[in-house]
Amino acid sequence: MTLGLTPSQTVGPFLAIGLPWPDGPDVVDLATPGAITISGRVLDGAGEPVPDALVETWQAAPDGSFAHPDDPRGGGDPHFRGFGRSATDTAGRYNIVTLRPGPFPGRDGGTEAPHLDVSVLARGLLDRVVTRIYFADEEAANAADPVLATVDPARRGTLIATPEPGGQAGRFRFDIRLQDPQETVFFDV
Amino acid sequence: MTTGQATTEGLTLPSYERPVGVHPPLDTPEYRSTLLRSPKRAPVRLPHGLTEVTGPLLGAERVTAGDADLTSRHASEPLGERMILTGRVLDSDGRPVPDTLIEIWQANASGRYAHGVDDHPAPLDPNFDGAGRCMTDSLGRYRFVTIKPGAYPWKNHLNAWRPQHIHFSLFGRAFTQRLVTQMYFPGDPLFAQDPIFNSVPDPRARERLICQFDLEVTEPEWALGYRWDIVLRGREATVFERASERGEHQ
Repeated sequence: MTLGLTPSQTVGPFLAIGLPWPDGPDVVDLATPGAITISGRVLDGAGEPVPDALVETWQAAPDGSFAHPDDPRGGGDPHFRGFGRSATDTAGRYNIVTLRPGPFPGRDGGTEAPHLDVSVLARGLLDRVVTRIYFADEEAANAADPVLATVDPARRGTLIATPEPGGQAGRFRFDIRLQDPQETVFFDV
Repeated sequence: MTTGQATTEGLTLPSYERPVGVHPPLDTPEYRSTLLRSPKRAPVRLPHGLTEVTGPLLGAERVTAGDADLTSRHASEPLGERMILTGRVLDSDGRPVPDTLIEIWQANASGRYAHGVDDHPAPLDPNFDGAGRCMTDSLGRYRFVTIKPGAYPWKNHLNAWRPQHIHFSLFGRAFTQRLVTQMYFPGDPLFAQDPIFNSVPDPRARERLICQFDLEVTEPEWALGYRWDIVLRGREATVFERASERGEHQ
């Protein structure tokens, strides 16, 4: 039996009624040892902030595990939520507090570098767009990552979170540009 | 059935089907907000690794009693046509998706959202905030009690009106299954002029966004009943599953 899939529709301008959670941006509490913040802006094709977007993140725990039955390695910490959700503010800014994900085996061999999967939803997006956040200070792991290897080298930088300029340790910046000229790499998942 | 095991060559993981012709193209100029927000470059194909075949298994801690009844959360009942909305969440193989979070939001009966950005001059209802949540049960079933949302104007084009709809957000069991969509009502005369509804290219797929009136769900002397099933991406059979079906392995 094959059933037809339910199509996607835009989240619309009023997502704030239904989707943000008070603790959504906090994958972990900021006071957790090792907590990092990833923040940035969602920008449209004119470089203007997108104030009605929702940024969601999903990631491995620091040991590279997922508390999920389809991780064949088993284990995983069920207390690590792994999921973050942040609505953008009037400046298009989102903010996620989490722990750095660990590396883990790739589907077809090799090792996936530490990363977060990201869904972006907004008015004007008829389906979510998906990207990934990697870390600038994981140069060796990024160089060996099987997914980054499939991305045009000239555009890989759009997938790399960088230390916040002049910021404290553990504060990363990752802007999401929905459209040219510096368009973020999006994935067909 | 083995869903996966570690090997020296990598991992044996499920794969999820990749929908073709189901979802709307991001670049749909008739919906003006897409013009500056839809990416112009082709997306890069992402293999389904561990991050994609897993996903947040958000549970009951996200839902409190009463979240599934949008009519009983305030001092009095909201105005409007009371309705029961129920159905199942399935994957495309027809398997129920149990214990998964559904979040909904909608306009009130006069077509106004309880949101500061909504400037439609229709009355707010102090007894309706328009947000609801529930978990599917072990058979993938869900049930909400709400009021039928009103249609409302928007500024996309001259005399543009959105058909009556309820927004839905679903997680499924994997990152690949995440779905945000809108559910519509049968026979809405506003479909023909709505670029969001019509952004779905296949008319048969578009029909799957429309709920059905159901007299069996309707409760006498109390509320109209509607039924809507939601179908998320299913898994492609793994090598092990196919072999098992042929009886070659246990």
